[in-house]
Amino acid sequence: MEIIAKRPESLTKTPFTYCPGCLHGVAHRLIAEAIEEFGMTNQMTGVAPVGCSVFAYKFFNFDMAQAAHGRAPAVATGMKRARPDMNVFTYQGDGDLAAIGTAEIVHAANRGEHISVFFVNNAIYGMTGGQMAPTTLPNMKTTTSPYGRNTDDIGFPIRVSELIATLIAPYYIERVSLLSPADILKAKKAVTKAIKYNKEGRGFTFVELISTCPTNWGIDPLKSRDWAKENMLPFFKVGCLRDKGEGVE
Amino acid sequence: MAKILMKGNEAVAEAAIRSGCRLYFAYPITPQSELIEYMAKMMPKVGGTFLQAESEVAAINMVYGAAGCGKRVMTSSSSPGISLKMEGISYIAGAELPCVIVNVQRGGPGLGDIQPAQGDYFQATKGGGHGDYRTIVLAPNSVQEFADMASEAFELADKYRTPVMILADGMLGQMMEPVEFKTPKTQEEMDELGNQHNSWCIRPNEDGDKKHHHEINSLEIDPHVLEQHVNELYEKYAVIEDKEIRYESYNVCDDNEVLCVAWGTSSRIVKSAINELKAEGKNVGLIRPITVWPYPYEAVKNALGKKVKSVYVFELNTGQMLDDVKIAVEGKVPVEFWGKVGGIVFTPAEIKAKLEACFK
Repeated sequence: MEIIAKRPESLTKTPFTYCPGCLHGVAHRLIAEAIEEFGMTNQMTGVAPVGCSVFAYKFFNFDMAQAAHGRAPAVATGMKRARPDMNVFTYQGDGDLAAIGTAEIVHAANRGEHISVFFVNNAIYGMTGGQMAPTTLPNMKTTTSPYGRNTDDIGFPIRVSELIATLIAPYYIERVSLLSPADILKAKKAVTKAIKYNKEGRGFTFVELISTCPTNWGIDPLKSRDWAKENMLPFFKVGCLRDKGEGVE
Repeated sequence: MAKILMKGNEAVAEAAIRSGCRLYFAYPITPQSELIEYMAKMMPKVGGTFLQAESEVAAINMVYGAAGCGKRVMTSSSSPGISLKMEGISYIAGAELPCVIVNVQRGGPGLGDIQPAQGDYFQATKGGGHGDYRTIVLAPNSVQEFADMASEAFELADKYRTPVMILADGMLGQMMEPVEFKTPKTQEEMDELGNQHNSWCIRPNEDGDKKHHHEINSLEIDPHVLEQHVNELYEKYAVIEDKEIRYESYNVCDDNEVLCVAWGTSSRIVKSAINELKAEGKNVGLIRPITVWPYPYEAVKNALGKKVKSVYVFELNTGQMLDDVKIAVEGKVPVEFWGKVGGIVFTPAEIKAKLEACFK
């Protein structure tokens, strides 16, 4: 019998702990497939964040560190500086990376650390039960913005990819979405490119993946994708902001 | 090897490099600036990594990452910066990683000032960060000892897979004294004693072992598993309390009527006062804890002997180690305290006057 789809060797057999309809599993798989494609499973290491993907250290089939909230880029810096022969990535959500970890991500990017960062943005804190994130859209209701995000009071969502793109050192910055099979194929290209550049030691690579949170948005998984297409993508535009390998500055 | 005249901040940095520390992450703060500057100058010369982090928080998390890779790594700061590092120290203790943290204490609370103080005793010895954990804390009282403790700290960190803090102060950091560097045990020598770091650290899977999967982690979501983990930590701490207590007895003898207890910079000043009193025929003993955790409770208790009528604790704070001395003394004799705060350092004459009052 021909096997046409199987678990990438870069994922362990541990079942994912994500909610039905969550796209973290898709994001994990894209990263794992890219690592396998370049034969890097035994050379890769990663850092798990705090948030829904806190258990990512159980899911990737190589050595992993679990970091304090927002600190993954600093932990990855320590790892990469300690073992420059090792490849390192972080996997972070928007609460982790864009709020409590703002300093760490900006400075790791600014130093041009030779790490890859995979930033999953679903505009909400998932693990703690649906609170407002720095990426929560204007007027969007969450458990801590029950009347909708009031931009006069709390400001506007942060476009992290654009923020990172103001820095000189980062090598590759792209925003993609996981909202349809076609989008996922495009996302796979971006993730693969980041891993390729990581392997080649090009510098800091950053991929933002627009995702959903059916559970905390209170919208079923398929409709969540439509909602994100209508509401998130106009604000968080997909596209490549920097690719020094392709001459995109 | 000839002795070299060095500031404490420089001596501890040099000793760390000689101990095989090739990774150092820190953020500038007075009065430990010479330490970070020495590392900035010397690390590139020995093929090491010096990285000035964006914050104390980032620095300690870089330490977490590097320590997780099984490498000798250090950070340093002064009191306000150490407060910021406490989050990371808790994670490092939870994940059982070896590293060395130097605190060149200054006056507090808050921004305080930049003069020597001992106000971080509680923070250093009673936890500091969140959760049930302990940190081995070494308290030097000379530039020589400050330097010696760098290698000792790395050895203890490797031996027990635990963070070790060197708790100095602005006086020891800024003061110049002759120092001679010792040959510390290498990480490989420490490996032979037990904790083979390759067996737990993050590293490439060089052998392609299909079962290889190391996790550096302090999260245990199952309460029963976390309970077991914390209990195992405390079993380790019990071994440290059993084997690693260090202290100095100075002029402790059968005819002491007064026993002093002092640590770090304070202990030097107390010693000067004791010497002057001895010349006048008054014998005062001193117990100087060198490890302030684990604390030498038995040494303090045993030094009471039969004649000691009172114990005097001197610190550059409002009475923090005082609590541990009271635990050790078990109410057998009164425990007096006198301290200076705000970065003001007491003089031998002031200490002598306090002790003379005990003889009246």
